[in-house]
Amino acid sequence: MNGPATDTPASTAADVSPEALLASIDAARGEGLAAVAAAATSDELTQVESTLFGRKAALGQIKQGLGSLPPDQRAAVGRALNEAQQDLRAAHAEAADELAASARREQLQREWLDLTETPPGPERGHLHLVTQTTERLEDVFVGMGFTVSEGPQAETDWYNFEALNLPAAHPARSMWDTLYLDLGERTELGDGEGGEASNVVLRTHTSPVQIRVMEVQPPPIYTICPGRVFRRDTADASHMPVFHQIEGLVVDRGISFADLAGTLEEFTSAYFGKAISSRLRPSYFPFTEPSAEFDITCVICEGAGCQTCQRTGWIELGGCGMVHPNVLANCGIDFEEWTGFAFGFGIDRLALMRHGIDDLRDMYTNDIRFLSQF
Amino acid sequence: MKVLLSWLREFAPIEGDPAELADHLSDLGMAVEEMRMLPPLDGVVVARVAGLRPHPEADRIQLVDVELPGATGEGTGGALQVCCGAFNMTEGDLVPFATVGTTMPGGLVIGERRMRGQLSQGMCCSAAELELGADAEGIMILPSEFELGAPLMSQLGLAGDVLYDLEVNPNRPDAMSVAGVARDLAARLGVPFRIPAPVVSETGEDVSTVASVEIIDADLCGRFGVRVIRDVSIGQSPLWMQARLTLCGMRPINSVVDVSNYVMLELGTPNHTYDLALVPGGHLGTRRSAGGERLVTLDGSEREMLRGDGLIVDRDDRPIGISGVMGGENTEIGDSTTAVLLELAWWDRLSISRTSQRLGLRSEASMRFERGTDHELVPIALDRFCELLDRVTPGGVSVCRGRLDGRGDLPPTTRVRVRPARMSHLLGRPFSSDELRGLLDPIGLQCTESDDAAPRGAEPDDGALEVTIPSFRPDVVTETDVAEEVARHYGYQRLGRTVPRSPEPGRLTPAQRLRRDLRRVLVGAGLSEAMPNPFLAPDAVRRAGIDGADPVRLLNPLATEESVLRPSLLPGLIAAAAYNSSHRNDSVSLFEIGVVFGPPSAGDADTAAADTSAAAVLPTETEHLGAIWAGGEAADAVHLTELIATAFGLRLSLTNANDLDGMHPVRAAQVLLDGQAVGVVGEVDPVVCERHGLSQRCAWLQVNVEPLLAAASAAAERPYRLVSTYPSSDIDLAFAVPNGVQASQVRSTLLASGGDELRSVDLFDIYRGDQMDPGTRSLAYRLRLQADDRTLTDEQVADIRQRCIDAVEHAHSAVLR
Ligand SMILES: [Zn+2]
Repeated sequence: MNGPATDTPASTAADVSPEALLASIDAARGEGLAAVAAAATSDELTQVESTLFGRKAALGQIKQGLGSLPPDQRAAVGRALNEAQQDLRAAHAEAADELAASARREQLQREWLDLTETPPGPERGHLHLVTQTTERLEDVFVGMGFTVSEGPQAETDWYNFEALNLPAAHPARSMWDTLYLDLGERTELGDGEGGEASNVVLRTHTSPVQIRVMEVQPPPIYTICPGRVFRRDTADASHMPVFHQIEGLVVDRGISFADLAGTLEEFTSAYFGKAISSRLRPSYFPFTEPSAEFDITCVICEGAGCQTCQRTGWIELGGCGMVHPNVLANCGIDFEEWTGFAFGFGIDRLALMRHGIDDLRDMYTNDIRFLSQF
Repeated sequence: MKVLLSWLREFAPIEGDPAELADHLSDLGMAVEEMRMLPPLDGVVVARVAGLRPHPEADRIQLVDVELPGATGEGTGGALQVCCGAFNMTEGDLVPFATVGTTMPGGLVIGERRMRGQLSQGMCCSAAELELGADAEGIMILPSEFELGAPLMSQLGLAGDVLYDLEVNPNRPDAMSVAGVARDLAARLGVPFRIPAPVVSETGEDVSTVASVEIIDADLCGRFGVRVIRDVSIGQSPLWMQARLTLCGMRPINSVVDVSNYVMLELGTPNHTYDLALVPGGHLGTRRSAGGERLVTLDGSEREMLRGDGLIVDRDDRPIGISGVMGGENTEIGDSTTAVLLELAWWDRLSISRTSQRLGLRSEASMRFERGTDHELVPIALDRFCELLDRVTPGGVSVCRGRLDGRGDLPPTTRVRVRPARMSHLLGRPFSSDELRGLLDPIGLQCTESDDAAPRGAEPDDGALEVTIPSFRPDVVTETDVAEEVARHYGYQRLGRTVPRSPEPGRLTPAQRLRRDLRRVLVGAGLSEAMPNPFLAPDAVRRAGIDGADPVRLLNPLATEESVLRPSLLPGLIAAAAYNSSHRNDSVSLFEIGVVFGPPSAGDADTAAADTSAAAVLPTETEHLGAIWAGGEAADAVHLTELIATAFGLRLSLTNANDLDGMHPVRAAQVLLDGQAVGVVGEVDPVVCERHGLSQRCAWLQVNVEPLLAAASAAAERPYRLVSTYPSSDIDLAFAVPNGVQASQVRSTLLASGGDELRSVDLFDIYRGDQMDPGTRSLAYRLRLQADDRTLTDEQVADIRQRCIDAVEHAHSAVLR
């Protein structure tokens, strides 16, 4: 250990003279500075520190002897003592800073890293495009005051057809190629007209959910029914036997066709943006009257006319209309008091349009090279 | 439905820009799918074939000398010379001739050119080349009365014509005819509409002396009109008629068939012709079949009738046609026919629909009958047929005097009470009685003031109208149907736009929100969402190792590969993993949240048969979460289970199980939620992996979503547990535990015996090896102890430690190491 004068015999109060004290202060200062300068590591510096300051340090001991000086001489010695102490503190602080900086330089040198060397870490997965699209649609409608309703995918003939004003043998049943379930003796497929209300089909639309809502919930009703639907269609670029639809239903007092048009317009600009608007054209569905086809401005050309919209500037999105009085009556709702509207369109096609996917089948290969793009 | 503007104009003075007319048609609900302006084709003129010569260098081309006034060329005697690949012309024929410089409908520009060394100075055209017909083989031979040198289109009456292809909704039987479309369009344009009365000169004997009609089943046939036409000579119909039929999608056949089709297109009234000589006594009867009768139809197929099918029978009750669907071969018109028995009937829509669908015989005729034809047009259409056949037959025909008009059950005239207040309510805009009349009268819905003062329903009755629905609109039966007519003719686009507001705010249910959260937890854990086909091949279920399930079958699947509903998500997801593996993506992690199906849950068969409520007959549907890690190990699936438990605050635990469908025999466990089995976790049976061509391990997790979300929903409300400010102490305990005891059981025992101060138990080390007794392994747990209200003393810590040790040793034959 190379400390300052800790082992220097302490002067006794009796034989001190100011000159001697000043000399020993000077000596202690010199030794202290040398010791600080000699400390090569922060540990060494810490050890040095303990010998420089405090009562047992050389300067500390001199300070203790100050009291024996005559009062008129104390000031000069005291000042010298303070100055020496300040010098040592400054030197120590500087040395400490320098040592810390150099330690940090060494550490940084050791820790140098090329961050682009990092091997791939854990990956995040991807939500299916259908889920992403459904959630976006739900969010828009929830923002417009709608709830989200769900129901079974296998349905009775009643819920899928009859309650929707499609009695057995209704010619419009041929608008849907229906898949029937084989549930043993109770099943009667018959001649493709359907019939038995208890026949079980895979729902061809999510409209049965509307019926189920109206059966249990008294109006007012503002709800959407997104979900999986089934058709007896061979898969091709624009058809799948299994796909997804979203339908909406509003039943309230005084609901009019204008409410339908306004609601669809609000949805259109909320979902597609202000540049896209909607229009309604007369159409036919057994469960609505008046019925309409729901077109939106072509999202590709924004109405200017292009290949996608066959130069009309419009794209057919779905169907809609005022809920048929028979449908309301089937659900026990008085159609004189309550009126309503319903609409529906495909979810899958919106996803295709948004991302420029040409073939619907690509969405269902479950190929990670597809899934991980979205 | 294709209509020509010139044809529409025969019923109403329809003027205006063709594109604007198209907009009107679309706006009226007859969407214009295509609008074709027939090219003026001024360069295509009527020319005469002056001579035919072989091409010196080619067999398949001949040289035609074409005579055209004012043109001279390289042909014989100064005629134009044309190289032509068709050989159906003879000298003197008039043909359409495209002169040099003409742009053809397909875009081809006719130029003077040489073919195998011979100059060709224009082109003789086939109907297909002019887009006037289907025939591409031969050159069109024009009627001799056409004016030589005149533009072809004007000679055909098609100059400047416009062809609209309309999409007609099933509820618009009236729009299945030229006249009906014209009526709607005229109403929109505010011009008068009328169906011209046909002029028939009756020169034959009284029809009742040569023909008779008998309606046996009145519910099948509402009206059966007959006329008889003599002196018929079957030939080609005139080009203008052929051109109209062709443009409207019908193939010209001969004069009688063409007139029949023309009348159907024009008035929407399908009709049928019999060779009078082949119908004994000219007697036509109609009745429903009792089933089993057979008949060879016009297409040469033998058809067997089912009970209820409509038939036309002769005097001897022998079937000679299927009502409204197709005639029989035994009475077919032929080249030798000279007398025609014409049938024009009104059939019950459902009967026609059922029979035509069953026989796969959907035709232009059955399509119209199914939608509903206009029975009041029967006499007019009969006459129109006669008028036209007379006009197109050289020398004319002789029409027998009078019509037979058999009557069965016709629908009664519908009268609908229409309240202006209700119309205004439904359409969101005030409509006065006068305004309604102005919209409805022009389309034949005749309005009178209602004298029925009795109020009906909630809407005020002020100014109520009684609307008489015409026979051509069988689809309009209720006040709401009339509202659609009002809206259509007022214009959907002109009705206002208002936004109703729900009295309640919109929101997702807790389960719907949590399901979204669950998907995001899975995505965060590195899994991507797949959507495999819910239809499976029956074999796919077994291949996935699922033996117990009896999957629900489809009655009419498209293919055997898609004939059952999945009883589990495993077959679909493992197939998806295998698909990716076969495309060089070996270690995909996929999940799906979807429904699996099981047989109806209804109790015993006796009561179930009587119970037809939806709940009793529907298959069970259960929402599952399935997750697969190709190349993953059981730990991947267990970690995800823990992640889900943490994310939603659930108490999920595992119980090893070795007989789970599709699962690895010794690397699988049941997932328990508060002690109830809700899923399985572990690895897929290597045999199953191998069957799918997967050589690596596959980790698998399947959880029943509903209880999970229900518990998550409840747990979402969990109360805060104060974070203790007192120091905690950790103790480590290692036990030699028999292999038969699950680590999770030891953990549970520790948790149960440690008391409130035992805050957590973590398994941090497992050791199997020489230092252990056979059949045991070492499980080391770190226990953290802490009290809410004090610092635990050494004695208290020692006390808890001992309690835990005693409990584990006692419960599991374990030994502290
Ligand atoms: Zn476009």
